[in-house]
Amino acid sequence: MTVAAEHASEVRARGLSPLWACSAVAFLVLSLAVGVLAGPVDLGVGAVLESAAARLQLPGFSTSLSETEEAILWEIRVPRVVLAALVGAMLALAGATYQGVFRNPLADPYLLGVAAGAGLGATIAIAYLPDGLRGQRMLPVAAFVGGAVAVMLTYAVGRSARRERDAATLVLAGVTVSAFFTAWQTFVQQQNSETLQEVYSWILGNIPSTGWSDVILILPYVAVATVVILALRRVVDVLNLGDDEAASLGVDVRRVRLVLIVAATLGTAAAVAVTGLIGFVGIIVPHTIRLLTGVGYRALLPLSVVIGAGFLVLADVVARTAIAPGEIPLGVVTAFFGAPFFALVLRTTRGGSS
Amino acid sequence: MIELRGVTVELGGRPVVDRVDAVVADGEWLALIGPNGAGKTTLLRAIARLVPFAGQILLGGRPVADLSRGELARLVAVVPQEPSTPPWMTVAEYVLLGRTPHLGPLAREGARDRDAAARSLARLDLLPFADRRLGTLSGGEKQRVVVARALAQEARIVLLDEPTAALDIGHQQQALELLDGLREESGLTLVAAMHDLTLAAQYADRMLLLDAGRVVADGSPGDVLTEAAIAQHYGAAIDVVLVGDRLAVVPRRQARGNT
Repeated sequence: MTVAAEHASEVRARGLSPLWACSAVAFLVLSLAVGVLAGPVDLGVGAVLESAAARLQLPGFSTSLSETEEAILWEIRVPRVVLAALVGAMLALAGATYQGVFRNPLADPYLLGVAAGAGLGATIAIAYLPDGLRGQRMLPVAAFVGGAVAVMLTYAVGRSARRERDAATLVLAGVTVSAFFTAWQTFVQQQNSETLQEVYSWILGNIPSTGWSDVILILPYVAVATVVILALRRVVDVLNLGDDEAASLGVDVRRVRLVLIVAATLGTAAAVAVTGLIGFVGIIVPHTIRLLTGVGYRALLPLSVVIGAGFLVLADVVARTAIAPGEIPLGVVTAFFGAPFFALVLRTTRGGSS
Repeated sequence: MIELRGVTVELGGRPVVDRVDAVVADGEWLALIGPNGAGKTTLLRAIARLVPFAGQILLGGRPVADLSRGELARLVAVVPQEPSTPPWMTVAEYVLLGRTPHLGPLAREGARDRDAAARSLARLDLLPFADRRLGTLSGGEKQRVVVARALAQEARIVLLDEPTAALDIGHQQQALELLDGLREESGLTLVAAMHDLTLAAQYADRMLLLDAGRVVADGSPGDVLTEAAIAQHYGAAIDVVLVGDRLAVVPRRQARGNT
C-alpha cells in the first residue's frame, strides 16, 4: 500500500507533453506568420506588427501601411489565413475522431457521406441556381445541407440494419449513401456539362478570399465541434478498445459515439461548405502526429487541432503563391506535398512507436 | 451475490443460453465449464449486459437491467478472452482506463484514480512496467496488465473468459494463484469460463457444467467432474484422479478400432 502510494504520482496517462505542445504551437504561429506575410504585395514584418498593435489600440503605435495595404492585410489575408486555420483544424480533428470512433486507421472525415452529399448540394447550386441567388452565397448553404442530409441518411440506414448496429454497419451505410449521392451528382453534372469546370474546381477545394463572412459562417460549428470532441477526448481512448470493452468499462457506447460523430460531421460539413473537398488533411495530420509522438487520443486530438490548422495555412500559401496570380487547387497541394512527407514519416519512424 | 433466474440468450433465433438458474455467493469462485459452444462466453456476456437476454439477472438483489452502464461497471469487471491492447498505449494508461466507471464522461483522472491504479499495479508487481508500451509485453505480462485494469475498476465481481487460454503452464498457475489471492484479500467474486478442467478443479469452489446452453451439473468439482458426465457432454474419455487433495482430469487414449 505504501509502495503504491509512493508511485501514484508516476502512474499517469501521457497527456500533452510540454515539448510537443510547445512545438505544435510554435509550428502554428510560424505558419500563421508566413500566411499573413506571403502574397503578391510585400507588406513587411515591421509594418504588419505596427498595424496589429495599432488595431489593438496599444498606445504609441500607428500604422505605416497605406489604406489599400491595410485593406489587403485585414480584409483579405488575415481572414483567409484564419479560415484556412479553422478548416485545417476541423478536418484534422474530425479525421482523428473518426479513426478513434471507428477503430479504422483509414477513416477520414468524409467516411459517412459528407463529401458526396456536399458535392451534390454544390453541383445543384452551380447548375440550377440563377446567378443572382448564387451571388447571395447560396452555394455553401446548399453544400452544407447536402452534406448534413447525406450523413443523416447514413445514420438512418445504419440504424435500420437488422444485424448488429455496430460501427462497421455505419461505415457500410456510409459507403452506400456515398455511392448513391455520387451517382446523382454525376448525373446532374452530365446534364449540365457547362458546369463541369466550376464543379470540378469546387471538388478540389480552395480557401476563398471572401473576407470575414465565411469565417463568421463556419466559426460557430467549428467551435462547438472542437469543444465537444476535446471534452470527450478521454472517452475516445476507451472507445478504441472496442464496443464490448468500452461498455464493460461503463461507457454508453452508442450515445457517446453518436455525439462524437454528430460533432465531427457538423464541423466537417460547415468547413466543406465554404472550401470544397480538401482531401488528405484528415488522414495525414493525425497519423503523422501518432507516428512521431506515439500518444493516445487524449493528446492526439488537441495536437491535431493545432497541427491541422498550421498545415492547411501553409498549404494555402503554396496554393496561392506557387503560380501567382493563378491558384493551385488546395486539394492538389495537400496531396502533392503531404504524400511524400507522409512517406518520409513512415520511412523514418519505427514500428515500436506507432 | 449473483442470481440467475431462467436466463436465456438467443443468437440467430437459436437459444445459446437456455433457462439457466444459478446463484453465486459473495467471495465464491465459480468455474463455467462445458464443451465448445456450450454457451459459457455468452452467459458471461449476459451477466455484463453485453448481449440481450430473457429472464432475470440480479446483482446484490438489483436487476442488471435497471442499472446504468456506469453503475454496472462499478459492480462487474470483465476480463475478455482476447482483450484489445493498443500497442502504443502504456501500461499505466491502460490500467487507468479501468477508472472510467468512476469518472464522469468529461472528467480526467484525479489523485484517487492514480492511487487506485498504482495499488493495482503494485499488487500485480507491474509498477516497474508502468511506462512500458503494451506492444512490448509478452503474453503473460499482458494478461497481468488486463487483470490490473479490472482490479483498478474496484468492482466486487470479476468475470473472466478463459483467463489462461494464451498462457503456458507456469503462467497459468501464476495467473490463477494471483486471482485466488486477490479473491481472498479483497473478497472478490470470480466467475470464470475455463477449458482446462484440472486447473478449474484445483481453483474453483464450484462448477457449473453447461452443454448446449443448459446447466447439466452444478456443484463441487467432485460432484461435477465424473467420468460419465465428461464422456457424455465432452465426448471425451478421461480418468478423474486425486492429486493431493484436489482432482485432476487425465485424458485416456483408447486403443484404435476398439469402439
